Amino acid sequence: MPLLTVENVVSGYGEMQVLNGVSLTVGQDEIVSIVGPNGAGKSTVMKLVFGLLKPWEGAVTFDGETISGMAPEKLVRLGLSYVPQVDNVFPNLTVEENLDMGGYTRTGSLDEQKERVYELFPRLAERRRQRAGKMSGGERQMVAMGRALMLDPKLLMLDEPSAGLAPLLVDMIFEKVKEINEAGVAVLMVEQNAKKSLALADRGYVLATGQNKVDGPGDKLLGDPEVARLYLGG
Amino acid sequence: MQESTSLELRPGERFRNILTSRGFMVVVLLLLLVGFIIAAQVKGVSANSLLSLFVRGTLLGGTLALGAVGVTLVFAVLKMANFAHGDTMTFGAYLGLLVIMLLPKGPPLAPFSFGYEFIVALLVIVPLIGLLTFGLDQLLFRPLRNRRAQPIMFAMAALGLAFGLRSLVYIFWGADFTFYYVGRARPAVELFAGVRVRPDQLFILGLAFVLIVAVYFLLERTKIGKAMRATADNPDLARVSGIDTNRVILWTWLIGGGLAAAGGMLYALDVQLRPEMGWWLLLPLFASVILGTLGNAYGALAGAFIIGIVWQVSSAFINPTYGHGIAFLVMVLVLLVRPQGLFGGSK
Amino acid sequence: MTPLLLSKSVLLAVPLWLVISTLLPIRSSWLKHLVAVAVGFGLAALANLVIPVGGLSYIVTFILMAGIYAVLSLGLNVQWGYTGLFNIGIAAFFAIGAFTSALVTTQMPTGINATFTKQAFGLGLPFWVGLLAAGLIAGILAWLIGKPTLRLRDDYLAIATIGIAELVRLVFQNERWLANGPQPLRGIPQPLSCLAGNGCDWLPGFVNDFFAPLSARDYPYVYVAIVALVLYLIYRVLERAIRSPWGRALRAVREEEASAAMNGKDVAAFRMQSFVVGAVIMGIGGGLYAHYVVSIDYGHFDPLYGTFLIWVMLMLGGSGNNRGAILGAFVVWAIWSGTSFAVDALRPTLAAISPDLPSRGPYIRLLFISILLLLIVLYRPKGLLPEEKVVSLDRDLA
Repeated sequence: MPLLTVENVVSGYGEMQVLNGVSLTVGQDEIVSIVGPNGAGKSTVMKLVFGLLKPWEGAVTFDGETISGMAPEKLVRLGLSYVPQVDNVFPNLTVEENLDMGGYTRTGSLDEQKERVYELFPRLAERRRQRAGKMSGGERQMVAMGRALMLDPKLLMLDEPSAGLAPLLVDMIFEKVKEINEAGVAVLMVEQNAKKSLALADRGYVLATGQNKVDGPGDKLLGDPEVARLYLGG
Repeated sequence: MQESTSLELRPGERFRNILTSRGFMVVVLLLLLVGFIIAAQVKGVSANSLLSLFVRGTLLGGTLALGAVGVTLVFAVLKMANFAHGDTMTFGAYLGLLVIMLLPKGPPLAPFSFGYEFIVALLVIVPLIGLLTFGLDQLLFRPLRNRRAQPIMFAMAALGLAFGLRSLVYIFWGADFTFYYVGRARPAVELFAGVRVRPDQLFILGLAFVLIVAVYFLLERTKIGKAMRATADNPDLARVSGIDTNRVILWTWLIGGGLAAAGGMLYALDVQLRPEMGWWLLLPLFASVILGTLGNAYGALAGAFIIGIVWQVSSAFINPTYGHGIAFLVMVLVLLVRPQGLFGGSK
Repeated sequence: MTPLLLSKSVLLAVPLWLVISTLLPIRSSWLKHLVAVAVGFGLAALANLVIPVGGLSYIVTFILMAGIYAVLSLGLNVQWGYTGLFNIGIAAFFAIGAFTSALVTTQMPTGINATFTKQAFGLGLPFWVGLLAAGLIAGILAWLIGKPTLRLRDDYLAIATIGIAELVRLVFQNERWLANGPQPLRGIPQPLSCLAGNGCDWLPGFVNDFFAPLSARDYPYVYVAIVALVLYLIYRVLERAIRSPWGRALRAVREEEASAAMNGKDVAAFRMQSFVVGAVIMGIGGGLYAHYVVSIDYGHFDPLYGTFLIWVMLMLGGSGNNRGAILGAFVVWAIWSGTSFAVDALRPTLAAISPDLPSRGPYIRLLFISILLLLIVLYRPKGLLPEEKVVSLDRDLA
């Protein structure tokens, strides 16, 4: 049974409808990537799953439970974690404090989890007392992901993790995503950089104008010239 | 603001960068202080009185700090300018009076002028007002937050609340000024070099200090304190991290309202109780907060002391009633030159 | 109908005529006014015949004060309703206007009076010069303050304006040489008071004869006509102004500052213009106030009467709507006055609860008004009348 199921959701902002019936699933150990042109509704799907938006129609199920429209505070306790695209760190808090905030809902000591995050991102270990706002783009992304990992989530959702990063850093981030997945965390990500993310993903969904267009194994989508021409900008 | 792409800054820009820098601001404040001392010399004010005024300024700064920290915390977490904060201080002070009146009168706790009743009143009123302000927030400001009202609406509501609280004070206690302990002697004691303070004032300063340190520990070391700072920093991400925003808001008001009550009671102990006292302190409070950077608790502390000292020391050579206006002028200067205050980052 | 009632009716007809003319949906201007004058006079005459003298007198003073507040409210509407400037320092412009008009129209005290009353100058000029000077000086003050503070964010501007009002109050409280502070400045001349006295030299005989029955205590009838005329003039000018390109630019500045800046409109200049125009109107309101109460001191312009009440008026009436501003003034002044009656009526009950309570009546009323403001903010922030949807007069559809 898939970990996350999104069934035919229709939703939008205010009166503007953005999603016109989107469906997807994410399995226990999968990396799933959502790609598509701008304005397709990719980020909106993610916000909807995480309870920042309510579905007008359709349902979302996580780990057997219906979570449609459930508040983020509850979702983090179920094992769902989210990294927004922008404003994804606490700029005036140190790296260490950012991680502390990530683990806010957990009881007990956070030290073990923090060590695991520092192992994954050695750069952060060196800079743990530095203010997150003063770090470079790549480092900030690491802090953002580290914060989300403090929950020891079952599913990690990433909104455009490579946005604004230099190509070398993009590769590094995707490497880390792979490591995280290998450690047993399912990953759902929205990406502008279709090629690299589909190469990494087990499965991918192509979204356009708020609807599913094509889906399938990552490498298959990558290799399909039609998909590339129609939806991925060649 | 235009960004300079070349490494070489044009002379005008360079000059402006210096003018708006933090270091320059500190220098100006120091120069101001020196200016005061010189002006005082010219006017023939003795070093003793100047020192006394300085000490009085520090004292005033301490009580202002309690109010200022509350204002800045509420602004940090709730993004709201709480115009009702001054009248919250007034309300707290008067409720304290009620408690003192209700308790059986005891003797003064030497060397202070107040008795056990004052301590009891503090212990009761501080948390009570904290809870009250939270309750008022849920009643008035929360609906506005839920409908994403403009900042002006919050300020309007705060204004209405301010006048409402004050009217209650007027109704129950009348318009005259009064004291916690009417007719009790309050002798002064020589501290050093001819500077005289009352033991009460030392208590006030000490208690203000203790409270500020307590707030520091709460913000830096406790889970809820860090959650408050996180919510102030990035409210959306705080939510996404699962931080219970409602609890954060509760604690913000408990601390903010509680400090206001304490500040009000301490000010009233030092000076007098009068229904306008809080509203009258609102300007210096906001001046302190802006000077110390909106949202920064330690900045509010620093700002409060600076404002307090400038206010008191300036009375050596201008009409004392204008001292109030001095706080305002300092604030306007800060807003013009460096609106982000002493501790804010560059624009 | 006695000659006295007739002369009162003629005076009372002025405000009624002006109000009715704005409400009549008649296209033709001269017809509209003709009808309005007729109906206005009819109503005024009826009122004088039916309502007892004391009661009507009270109503006239009510309309008068509400009218003055309506002027202040209109001024605030220009600043806040049109341009979104959060001015909590209305009292500053109110006070400056009042004191300026007072100083311009009174004579310098001489002889023994000079020891009791100190003022910076006294020009003894006519009332209308005083009003214009009031507006002018208030406008200049606004310009001086606005230069540094208008580019600040809303909350900051609000605090700055509180500070200004406070400073102005302090000055008028402490500087004896300026306007006799903290003592009141008395003897402010009442315009056309001769009409309710021995007749005005400069008016033709038949006019003086017509108004001869009026005595000093009927003066409010004269003044209400003056206030109504000033209010009407300001209203008409503003209604014109918001339909002009200038008015629409102000709207644009308020709604979307960023894009207005990109349209090349100088945002800062428009904010300043709005601030100054609003202040000028508030200054005129101050002048009207001074000549009515005849004696003023700094205490008249405290945050409650000078600022808070006016905000409640505009919020209730409907910000962004000139009629709303006027309506709000009348409604809130009615509530304020009404609570006065209510508190008086409840006097025995209050006294039973506590002997101090009846004397604290004004504060009970303040509590009531505060709650009213909170209710407005929570449940009807847009006020009674919606913002005016403006269709511009000219074809400028930029």
